Amino acid sequence: MRDDSGFGPLLTLAGYFTVLSLFAIGGANAAVPEMHRIAVEVMHWMNDRQFADMYAIAQVSPGPNVIIVTLIGYHVAGVAGAAVATVAMVGPTCTFAFFVGRTWDHFKEAGWRAAVQAGMVPVSLGLVAASAFVVARAADHNEIAALLTVATGVTAYFTRINPLWLFAVAGAVGLAGYL
Amino acid sequence: MSDPAIAVPGAKAPRPSLTELFLSFVGVSISGFGGALPWARRMIVDRRGWMTTDEFNEAFSLAQFLPGPNVVNFSVVFGQRFGGAPGAAVALIGLMGPPVVIVTLIGVLYAYFGDIEALSRILSGISSAAAGLIVAMVAKMGAPLFRRGVSAAPLVAIAGFIAVGVLRWPLPLVLIVLAPVSVALAWVRR
Repeated sequence: MRDDSGFGPLLTLAGYFTVLSLFAIGGANAAVPEMHRIAVEVMHWMNDRQFADMYAIAQVSPGPNVIIVTLIGYHVAGVAGAAVATVAMVGPTCTFAFFVGRTWDHFKEAGWRAAVQAGMVPVSLGLVAASAFVVARAADHNEIAALLTVATGVTAYFTRINPLWLFAVAGAVGLAGYL
Repeated sequence: MSDPAIAVPGAKAPRPSLTELFLSFVGVSISGFGGALPWARRMIVDRRGWMTTDEFNEAFSLAQFLPGPNVVNFSVVFGQRFGGAPGAAVALIGLMGPPVVIVTLIGVLYAYFGDIEALSRILSGISSAAAGLIVAMVAKMGAPLFRRGVSAAPLVAIAGFIAVGVLRWPLPLVLIVLAPVSVALAWVRR
């Protein structure tokens, strides 16, 4: 059950997103399945549709897509929640990036550096693929919606069209009541 | 010091001041619809000439394999290289500040109007399309991996997909097993 009083929700947000921050290998998209698992399945902060809505809003808003955590935080605990979720998601990984960034160049020739870098590529690919699956399952409730996902994917893969146009078309399809 | 901009006195590449760093990342953040990377590249390589394409790719590949959002990591790595801790801080705040404010305002509006039928229809269309964009991103990332012939890398990717996407196992648990295995395989393959 949701606890709307005191620091309970803020601590929960801080805890979850701090951990998630350090395990988001492959960027914000790689962390989406875990965000969905926590927000919808474990904590019941929101339903599938609300999660898909927030994902959509984060996509059409300016800035990095990780901004979805700000929306989740706001939904759970207002402005304080938005701030806590954002700092928790960004702080640990940025601290890590700061120190690794300072020393990384010293290991340019090291074999383990190449292995670490090469090893992370398929891991993040798997996570981002999982994210595509989870978002599609949360967003697509009929055949037309699934078709829209496929059509958008094919168009984005083969052309360099600005995604905002794809969103505009998809938004219009949704408004027309087909989804 | 391995920092080329320090090691070569009087090098031609201009060094951004803290104010320039901050304003540049503000610019990237508010133009970065659908991912901020292309905008970062345009600003840093094409417009300002602070890095060459190779330097940019090198720094970005680091930001990419570190945990956390790629562009956010990049702002820290870049800011740190040109301005130390204060540089990292202003780049990060420039990148995250404006979007956080904008999105919080949208969150307020969503809390009031999220139930309006028309809005929820539009958003459901956009979220279907957003799923499609990730599919395209997966295809672009995966194509070189699967084209490279026989290797364990596609198996690692598929295992990660099934564990996290289909079975919905907790991400930290999956990564603690999968990441070392994948790095070990890459080490053997060298």
